[in-house]
Amino acid sequence: MSEHDTQRSNGAATEQLEAVIGLEIHVQLSTATKMFCGCPLSFGDPPNTHTCPVCLGLPGSLPVANARAVHFGLMIGLALGSELAPRSIFHRKNYFYPDLPKGYQISQYNEPLCSGGRLGEVRIHRVHLEEDAAKLIHVGASGRIHGSEQSLVDFNRGGTPLAEIVTEPDIRSAEQAGEFLKLLRTTLRALGVSDVNMEQGSLRADANISLRPAGSSELGVKTELKNMNSFRFIERGIRAELARQEKIITGGGQVEQETLHFDPDSGSITSLRSKEEAHDYRYFPEPDLVPVAIGPEMIEAARADMAELPAARAERLEAEVRLSTESARALAFRGELGDFFEQALASAGGAPAEVPPQALANWLTVELVPRLEDIEDPAQSLVTPRALASLVALVSAKRVSVGVGRQVLDRLVADGGDPAEIVASEGLAAIADEGELARIVAEALAANEDAAERVRAGNDKAIGPIVGHVMRETKGRADGAEVSRLIHAQLGA
Amino acid sequence: MSAELLELTASQAVAEIDAGAVSPLELFDFYRERAGADRDAGAQGLGCFTWVAADAPETPAGVPLGGVPLAVKDLFCTENVPSQSGSRILEGYLPPYTATVVSRLQHAGASLLAKTNQDEFAMGSSTENSAYGPTLNPWDRTRVPGGSSGGSAAAVAAGLAPWALGTDTGGSIRQPAALCGVVGLKPTYGTVSRYGMIAFASSLDQAGPITRDVADAALLLSHMVARDPCDATSLQTPAKLELPCAEGLEGVTLGVPGELTGEGIEAGVLDSFNAALQRAEELGAAVREVHLPHAPHALSAYYVLAPAEASSNLARYDGVRYGLRAEGAEDLLDMYTRTRHDGFGPEVKRRIMLGTYALSSGYYDAYYGHAQRVRTKIAEDFAAVFEQVDLIATPTAPTVAFGLGEKTGDPLAMYLNDYCTVPMSLAGIPAISIPCGLSQGLPVGLQLAGPAFSETRLLDAAHALERALAFDGAPARV
Repeated sequence: MSEHDTQRSNGAATEQLEAVIGLEIHVQLSTATKMFCGCPLSFGDPPNTHTCPVCLGLPGSLPVANARAVHFGLMIGLALGSELAPRSIFHRKNYFYPDLPKGYQISQYNEPLCSGGRLGEVRIHRVHLEEDAAKLIHVGASGRIHGSEQSLVDFNRGGTPLAEIVTEPDIRSAEQAGEFLKLLRTTLRALGVSDVNMEQGSLRADANISLRPAGSSELGVKTELKNMNSFRFIERGIRAELARQEKIITGGGQVEQETLHFDPDSGSITSLRSKEEAHDYRYFPEPDLVPVAIGPEMIEAARADMAELPAARAERLEAEVRLSTESARALAFRGELGDFFEQALASAGGAPAEVPPQALANWLTVELVPRLEDIEDPAQSLVTPRALASLVALVSAKRVSVGVGRQVLDRLVADGGDPAEIVASEGLAAIADEGELARIVAEALAANEDAAERVRAGNDKAIGPIVGHVMRETKGRADGAEVSRLIHAQLGA
Repeated sequence: MSAELLELTASQAVAEIDAGAVSPLELFDFYRERAGADRDAGAQGLGCFTWVAADAPETPAGVPLGGVPLAVKDLFCTENVPSQSGSRILEGYLPPYTATVVSRLQHAGASLLAKTNQDEFAMGSSTENSAYGPTLNPWDRTRVPGGSSGGSAAAVAAGLAPWALGTDTGGSIRQPAALCGVVGLKPTYGTVSRYGMIAFASSLDQAGPITRDVADAALLLSHMVARDPCDATSLQTPAKLELPCAEGLEGVTLGVPGELTGEGIEAGVLDSFNAALQRAEELGAAVREVHLPHAPHALSAYYVLAPAEASSNLARYDGVRYGLRAEGAEDLLDMYTRTRHDGFGPEVKRRIMLGTYALSSGYYDAYYGHAQRVRTKIAEDFAAVFEQVDLIATPTAPTVAFGLGEKTGDPLAMYLNDYCTVPMSLAGIPAISIPCGLSQGLPVGLQLAGPAFSETRLLDAAHALERALAFDGAPARV
C-alpha cells in the first residue's frame, strides 16, 4: 500500500521505500472542569476569565486530579481494547515556556492509564492523561514568538484535560493516517468523551514519520511533524514530509532526527528543533498527586457509560440489517449517517419489504450525501429520515423511476416536503400503463433506426439513444429496466 | 498587666479571654507593639518579621482560639499580605488567596499578627539565607536561631508572638525550635493541608506549630489537622487529636537509635540529652537502644530528593506572571535567565542545580531512583523499630546555636544540622522537639518521634517530660 502511495507521489525510482508512520493524537476531553482544578472548560471566551490559583500556577497551589477525566480515559481505553492499569501515576514533564505556568506539565510517563489496544488496522501503543497548555498570542507581524512585539498568554485553555493516544508505527500512507483519524474521531464522538472539533483544537495530531526499504523490519530515522489540526493538513503534511525524506534518501543523504512544523499555507516544512536541541524533560513522579487506583467498579462504570462503538455498529449493520460491508462501514464510521439511516428505517416501521435497507443505504450515501455539499450531518438538512424512507419505498415499488426519484430528492434537498406529494403534484408517477409505454418505445425505435439495428445485431451499448428518447418523451417517468426489457422484446433481440 | 500578658502561654491566654479577664484586642495590641518594635528596630532588632499587621481583626465571641495572635511563616500564602518565602523573586508578592491551614486557624479564632522571616524557600538551617536579612537568636544575638523557620522560633522564644506556624521539610520546625528553646512539632505527612504553602519539596513539606509549650502545640495542631479536598496528599486522620495531660511515662518504651546519638553530636548536647533520658526513666519510661541501620544515609538521600523536587517546584518563578521580572531582556531565554539570576539567592541556585542534575536523563536512576529506594529502606527501619518501642528519642540538632556566618561558607557543615531530623521527614512520621536543658548557656532540643498518626501519644509523652524537665525559657524574652 505504501509503495503504491509513495510511487504515486514520487515516481518509480522509489518503489523500494516504505513509509512508516505513527500518530500521537491529543484529544481535549469534554469534562465540565479542568484536569486539576475546578475552572470550567471554555472556548472563545474573553481571555483569562476561567482561571484560578491552580491553573495559573500561583505559588502554593496544588493540583487535584479530575475523576471524570479518569473515567473518560478508561472509556477510551475500553473502546480501543487497551489494558487498563490497576495503578496509574502522574509525572512532571519539566520545561520552560510561557504557556506552561508551573514550568512543568503534569502528564503520565511510564505508568499510563491504558496500554496496548487496536483501532481498525492500527495497533494502539498507549493512552494517557495530561493537561493542556495555555494559549499564546503573539502581537506583531510575524504571528510567531520570534519577531513579535509582545506575547500575551490566555490561561483559559491551560489545564484542559487531554487524552494523548499514541499509535504503533503501523500506518503506511498519508491516506491511511487520515482514515484512521476519521475512525478515531467517530469513535470518540460515539463515546461522548470529546467534541473532537479540529478547528477548535479539541483534536490535534503529531505524526512520527520515517521511510525504510520495503519489507525491512528495521525502522528508519524518524522526524516528528507537530500539531496539525485538520484532516487535510495532516494528509498533506505527511505527504510533503514523505516526499522530503524520499528526496534525501534517493539523493544518497540521511534523514536527520528533528521536530518539524508544516505550514499549510505555503506547503513548506521547517525545523523546530534538532535532536541536539531536544529537551531533557527530567520526568519524575508528581509528588503533589497520589497514584490513581483503578478498581473494578471504576471499570464497570466506564463500560456502562459506553454507547455502541462504530466497529460494533458496522458489524451489527452487516450481520443483522444485512448491508454490504462497505455500506455498513460507511454508515457506522460516520455516526451521523448511521443515525439518519436507522431513523429512516424505523420510520418505515422496520418493513424491509417496502424500504429495502441496502437501497436506503445507497440512496443515503450515494445520492443524498453528495447533494448536501457542506452539510456534514443529513439531520441538519431539509430532508427528513422519513422523507428519504418514503422516497426509497416509492422507487422500490417502481411507483417512480430512479430518475424521477433523483429529481424528487433534488426538490427535497432544496425545499423539503413529502416525496409522495411532490410526485402527485408534479405528475411524476411512473407510467403504469404498459400499452402506453410500449407505444412510446415503438416510436423511439422508429426514430433511431441505426441504433435499433445495432442492438438487434447484439451491440447492447447502442441502446442508449433509444432509452434517452423514451425518457425524454416520458419526462423520465419510465422505469429504465422496463424500457430496456420492452426494447429488447420489440426488436426480438 | 503587660508583664502578666507576656507570661501567658497561648492556651492560658485563650482561657483568660474566655473568662473575660483579657480582651482579644488588648492581647493583639500588646503583641503587635512588640512585633512592630522588632521590625522597626531593623538591624538592631532580632529580625523576626517580614510583615506586621496594622490592625487587629475582628474576633467573634466564643471562637476556640479566642483571637489569640498568631505569627505565620512567610511562605504561607495570606490574601493581600506579602508572602515572599524569604525570596527576592517574590518581593512584594500579594497572593489572591489564603493557605488552607491559615484560614482554618483564622476561622478557629487565631488573629494574623505577623509574617516571619525564613531561609529563602525554606532552604537552610540558620535563617541566614533570607533575602530580607538574617534573624538573630534571642538567647545570644551573635548566634543563629536555626532554620528555616527561624523567624517563627525566635519570635516565640523572645515573646514577640504567643505562638507561630512553621514548616518542616527536613527539620525546619524542630531544629530552630531546639536552637531557640521552644517546642516545635512536625506532624505526620498528610495530616495538615499543604494548599497555599509555597512549596520547597512537596513530598516532605509539612506545616506545624512552634510554641512555648507542648499544650500550645497540641491546641494549635488540633485546629490545623483536616483532610483538604484541595490537597490530594492530605489524609483523613484515623483518630481525633487529644490534648495532652500525661504526667508520667509508665508503660512507655523509648528507643534510642545508636546511629543518631553517637559521632557528630556535640558533647554538651549529648549530656543534656542523656540527662533528659534519665528523667524519662524516673517518670516510668523504659529506655532501650534500637537501630535504624539506613539512617546514616538519610541526609544523602534527602539532598537528592528535596533539591530534585525543588528544581521543579521553583520553575514557576520565571518572571512571566508574578514576582520579579528582570528588565532589559533581549529575548525569552534572556528574561528567564536574568530573572532567576537576580531573584534567587546562592543556596537556592545550588539546590536547583543539584536537583536538575539528579533528574537528568541518564542520571535519574543513579540519583533520584537510588535515593527513593533509600527512603523506602529508612521507612522500613522505623516500622521495624516501632514493633519494639513506642517512641524514638534523639537529640534534635547535633549542636547548640552556632555563630552567625560560621557555616555559611560550608554548605555540607550546614546540612549536617538536619542529621537527626531528616530520617523522620523521609519516613513521613511525626516528631516533636522540646527544650531539654542548656549547654554553654544555650538551649538543647530533645526529639521524640512516633509512628504515623501517633501525635496524641507523642504529645502526651512530650507533655510529661516537659513538666519533669521544667525548662525555663524566660531568659530569651525581650
